[in-house]
Amino acid sequence: MADKPKIKLAVYWGAACGGCCVSVLDVHESLFTVVEHADLVFWPIALDVKYKDVEEMPDGNIDITLFNGAVRTSENEHMAKLLRKKSKILIAYGSCAHMGGIPGLANFSNKEEIFKRVYETSESIDNPNKVFPATETEVKEGKLTLPKFYNDVMTLNQVVDVDYYLPGCPPQTERLVEVFMAVVTGATLPPKGSVIGVFDRVQCDDCKRKKSDKKGITKFYRAWEVVDDGETCLNEQGILCMGPATRGGCGVRCVEGNAPCRGCYGPMEGIPDPGAKMMSAIASMLEGKEQDEIDKAIESVVDPAGTFYRFSLPGSILRRKQK
Amino acid sequence: MSKQKEDIRIGFYICHCGHNIGSVVDVPGVAEYVSKLPNVVVSKDYKYMCSDPGQEMIQKDIKEHKLNRIVVASCSPLLHESTFRGATAKAGLNQFFMQMVNIRENTSWVHEDKEQATIKAKDLARAAVHRVAFHKALEKKVVPVNPDVLIVGGGIAGISASLTLANAGKKVYLIERDATIGGYMAKFDKTFPTLDCAACILTPKMSSVLKHPNITLWTWSEVSNVDGFVGNYKVTVTKKPRYIKEELCVGCLACIDACIYKQGKFYDEFNFGLAKRKPVYIPFPQATPQVVVVDDKTCLHFKTGKCQQSCAKACDRNAFDFDQKPENVEINVGSIILTTGFEPHNPVKSPNYGYGKYPNVFTSLEVERLVNASGPTEGHVLLRDGVTKPKSIGIIHCVGSRDEKTNKWCSRVCCMYSLKLAHLLKEHTDADVYNFYIDMRTPGKGYEEFYDKLLNEGVQFIRGRVSEVTDWATTDSEKGKLVIRAEDTLIGIVRRIPVDMVVLSVGLEPAKDAQEVRKMFSISCSSEGFFLERHPKLAPVSTFTDGVFIAGACQGPKDIPDSVAQAGAAAAEVLALIDAGHVELEPNTASIVEEKCCGCQVCINMCPYTAISFNVEKGKSFINEALCKGCGTCVAACGSNAIFQNLFDDEEILSEIDGLLVE
Ligand SMILES: Cc1cc2nc3c(=O)[nH]c(=O)nc-3n(C[C@H](O)[C@H](O)[C@H](O)COP(=O)(O)OP(=O)(O)OC[C@H]3O[C@@H](n4cnc5c(N)ncnc54)[C@H](O)[C@@H]3O)c2cc1C
Ligand code: SF4
Ligand code: SF4
Ligand code: SF4
Repeated sequence: MADKPKIKLAVYWGAACGGCCVSVLDVHESLFTVVEHADLVFWPIALDVKYKDVEEMPDGNIDITLFNGAVRTSENEHMAKLLRKKSKILIAYGSCAHMGGIPGLANFSNKEEIFKRVYETSESIDNPNKVFPATETEVKEGKLTLPKFYNDVMTLNQVVDVDYYLPGCPPQTERLVEVFMAVVTGATLPPKGSVIGVFDRVQCDDCKRKKSDKKGITKFYRAWEVVDDGETCLNEQGILCMGPATRGGCGVRCVEGNAPCRGCYGPMEGIPDPGAKMMSAIASMLEGKEQDEIDKAIESVVDPAGTFYRFSLPGSILRRKQK
Repeated sequence: MSKQKEDIRIGFYICHCGHNIGSVVDVPGVAEYVSKLPNVVVSKDYKYMCSDPGQEMIQKDIKEHKLNRIVVASCSPLLHESTFRGATAKAGLNQFFMQMVNIRENTSWVHEDKEQATIKAKDLARAAVHRVAFHKALEKKVVPVNPDVLIVGGGIAGISASLTLANAGKKVYLIERDATIGGYMAKFDKTFPTLDCAACILTPKMSSVLKHPNITLWTWSEVSNVDGFVGNYKVTVTKKPRYIKEELCVGCLACIDACIYKQGKFYDEFNFGLAKRKPVYIPFPQATPQVVVVDDKTCLHFKTGKCQQSCAKACDRNAFDFDQKPENVEINVGSIILTTGFEPHNPVKSPNYGYGKYPNVFTSLEVERLVNASGPTEGHVLLRDGVTKPKSIGIIHCVGSRDEKTNKWCSRVCCMYSLKLAHLLKEHTDADVYNFYIDMRTPGKGYEEFYDKLLNEGVQFIRGRVSEVTDWATTDSEKGKLVIRAEDTLIGIVRRIPVDMVVLSVGLEPAKDAQEVRKMFSISCSSEGFFLERHPKLAPVSTFTDGVFIAGACQGPKDIPDSVAQAGAAAAEVLALIDAGHVELEPNTASIVEEKCCGCQVCINMCPYTAISFNVEKGKSFINEALCKGCGTCVAACGSNAIFQNLFDDEEILSEIDGLLVE
C-alpha cells in the first residue's frame, strides 16, 4: 500500500459555520487511515496553506476537494472557481454547498436589509456615522479591500460545475469515510452529478418510532410545548418533523436524540423544490378536512418559510424572495 | 431535466372556432409564432379543427411530415380531447402524444383585450409545445361494467328510474332513508296542473316498486360508503334498526293500537307536526313498505327500559326485535343514480313573515297536509286551534326564493303550487283567497291555462313583494287578524290585507346533507348547493364522476313532470353504460415505485378515491390503478418521491411551466 501514490485532498469553506470542517476532524482515529492514504494539501481550518499556494498548483493537481459552505461573497466565488480548476473531483460537501443551507435563508432578505440590520439597527450596534463594509476603503496606509458581499446566496453548482454532492449539516462522518474509501480503493464511482453518502429512502424508513397511516395533526407544537412520549412518530405528536420528505443518510440522528428531523439531508432524488415537497408532505398529515381547521393547523407552524426551506432555499425553484 | 432522445417532430394546429376564438385571438399570428418554436415542423390555423377536414389535416400531416407529437389549440379538452386523440390515433400515432391547449374558455371567452389575449394564447401554446416533447405512449385499460344499479332516494324521481330500469330487466337497489318511499309527492293531495290525485298516481308506482322482482328496496337505510369507479362500485348500505323484523311484519298495525301510549304524543314528521304519532308508527296509511317502525328516541322501552312492551305482545307474528343494531350490507353495482330530492326553505329564516311567531302562519307543505283527505284533519282546513275555519287566506309566493338574503334562485314550482293551493283552499273553505306574487311564472304545458282558470275562480292576485305579516291592527277590521303588508305594484300603493290564515310558499333548497352526499359519491355541487350536472344543456343528468347520475329535485328545483323526465333520462344513460358492457379508463393514473416507498402511509389518507392500500408484509403502499382517478394528490404528498403519475410526471409538468415562463 505504502508505495501507492497518496491521494491529494483539499477541504475548503465558503459561507459556512465551520461545522463541516469539524465533521472532517470527527473521523477521529480514522484520520490516521485517511492520512495513510491521503495528503491534505489545503485546509484553512487546520493547515497554513495560502491561496497563493493553491494558485500555483498545476490544474487538476488535487484529487478531491470537499467544498463546504455556500457562495455568498466574491471571495467564495473566486475560491470555488480556483478549486474547480485545480481539482479532479469537486464535492459539494454539506448542506450549504449542496442547496444553500442555513446561510441560504438570507435569500429571504437582501444585501441592503442585512447590512442595515447588522451594521445599523442591531441592538448591540452603535454606528452613528453609518459606516458600512465597502469593497475598497482608503486609509492613510493605502487602500484596504474586502470581498464583495453579493445580494444572493448561491449554491456551489450555481457557480461551478460540481461532481458530487454529499449533503448534511454536517454530513455524517461515516458517510465521508465510506466515500473516501471508495475513491481510495478505486471502486467505480457513481455517475457525475450524483448525491452520494445518502440512502435511497427517506428518514422515516430508518426511524424506529411507531407510525400509523393516521398522522392526525391538528396543531403543531414547538418541542418544549409537549412531552414527547419517546416512541410515537413526532409528527403524530404534533412536533413538526421533516423526516417524511428528507433523504436518509444520517441514521435519523436527530430523532434518535429525540429532536425532530430538520431536513439537512435534502430531498429525495428528482425533487426540484424541497420546500414545496416538505409542505405537501406535511400538509398531507393534517387531520382537518375543513378549510378553517386546516388553516388553524397551518398557522401554528412557526416560521413556515424558514422551516420548510431551512437548508434549501437557494437551490430550490423558489430561490429567493422577490427583489 | 433529461433531454429527449428521439427526434421530436411537432405539428401545431390552431382553431378559429368560427368567431369564437378568431374574433379575439390573432389566430394566424399565433400559428406563425409557434412555427418558429423548437421541434415544430408544421404549424397551421383552420376555421374548425374539430370538423372532418380539420381532423383529416392532422392525419395527413402526421403521415407526410412524420410528425410524432401533436398540439391542438382550440376549446376545452372536456369537449374535444377525445376528438383529437381519435384523429391522432387514426394516423397510427399513440393518442397520448396529443396535447390540447384551451384558448377558448381560457382565453377568447374571458378576455377583451385582443393583444393581451393573443400573447396569452402564444404563451399557452409554447407551454404545450415544451410539454408534449416529454409525452410518453400510453394505453387505455378496458374494464367490464357491472349491470346492477344503485338508486339513492325513493321520491318520485327514484321510483320512476327504478321502475324503468327494472322493467328493462336490470337489477336495482333502491335505498330510502325514510321508513317509506314516496318523497314529497306522497304528502300532496292533488298535483298541478291537472289536479289529479297524487296518491292515485303515486301509490300504484310505490307498490310496483315493492313487488318488482328486479328491485331490492331498502327503506330506513342509508349509503354509508362508496368505493370503486364507473362500472365497478362497491357500496356499503347501513340499515338503521327499525326494531321490527321486516320480513315478518304484515302491516296489520295491531302493535300501534296496543302501544301503552293511548294517543299519539310525539311530533309526526310526515305531517310536519300537525298531528302526533306514537313511538311505534307507520308514516301514513299507504306507506310502502307496510312495515311499522319503532322510534328509539321516544319509545319508553329505550328511554327507561321499563316498558311492558304491549306492542310486541300484540304482534302475533313475533316481528319485534328490540335488540336490532345498525346493519351494514355491501353491494356491488356498476352505476348509481342519485335522486335525493330537496329540502323546503325554513321560513324561520324569513322572520318578517311571522312563521313560528303567529300560529296561523302556515307553510305550503302544512297546507298540503291540511287539504289532504287522509291528512291530520281529514281534509278540513282549520286554523292552528283545530276548530276555526279561516274566512280569508293570504298566500305569499317566493318565500325564501328570489331573495338576496336567502336564496337567489327561483324555485320554479311555487307559483304553480300556490295556484293549486289557492284553488284547493277556495274549494275546501270558500274563503277569500289572496295570492301575493312578484311575477307569475307558469311556463309548462297547460300551466298558463291553469293560471287563467284560477283568474276566473275569484282568487285575488296582488302583484308585489310582501314586506311583512303582523298582528298590529291599525283599524277595527284588522283586529284579531294577521295583516299582510305589501306594495301593489300594479296600482302603485301599499296595501294592508287582514286575513285569518297566511300560507308561505316556501322555496326549494338543496337537501341539508347535500354536501356530505356529494363527497361520498365524489360529485360536485353548484354554487347554490344542488348537485352539479356535467353540462347544463348537453349532459343534464350526468356528473363529472363517470357512472354517477342525478335526477329530480336534487339537481335543482323542478316539478314532478320534469323529475320524472330526468329519471327516465338517467335510466337511459345507465342502460347505455350497461349495454356498452365495458368502460375505458384514462391512463393518467399514479403508481408507486416499490423500492422508493418508505411505507409512511401518508398517501393513503390523501387519496379521495381510496385507491391506495398498505401491504403490511412488504411494508409498502400500493395504488389500485382501476380506482385511481389521477388527481395527483398523493404524488404531491409523497416525500419519498416514490409516486409518479402518467401524463403528469415531473418532466411533463416542469417543462410545461418552463415553456410558459421562457419567452
Ligand atoms: C308545497 C309543494 C307542493 C308541490 N306541488 C307540486 C305539484 O302539485 N305538482 C308537481 O309537479 N310538483 C309539485 N311540487 C314539486 C315536487 O315536490 C317535486 O318535483 C318532487 O318532490 C321531486 O321529486 P324527487 O324525487 O326529486 O325528490 P323528493 O320528493 O324530495 O324525494 C327524495 C327522496 O329521497 C330521500 N332521500 C333524501 N336523501 C337521501 C339519502 N341521503 N339517502 C336515502 N334517501 C334519501 C328522501 O327521504 C325522499 O324520499 C311541490 C313542491 C312543494 C314544496
Ligand atoms: S416523521 Fe420524523 S419521527 Fe415520524 S417517522 Fe418520520 S423521521 Fe420518524
Ligand atoms: S407517501 Fe410515498 S413513501 Fe409514503 S407510503 Fe405513500 S408511496 Fe410510500
Ligand atoms: S393520483 Fe393518487 S391520490 Fe389521486 S386518485 Fe390516484 S392514487 Fe388517489
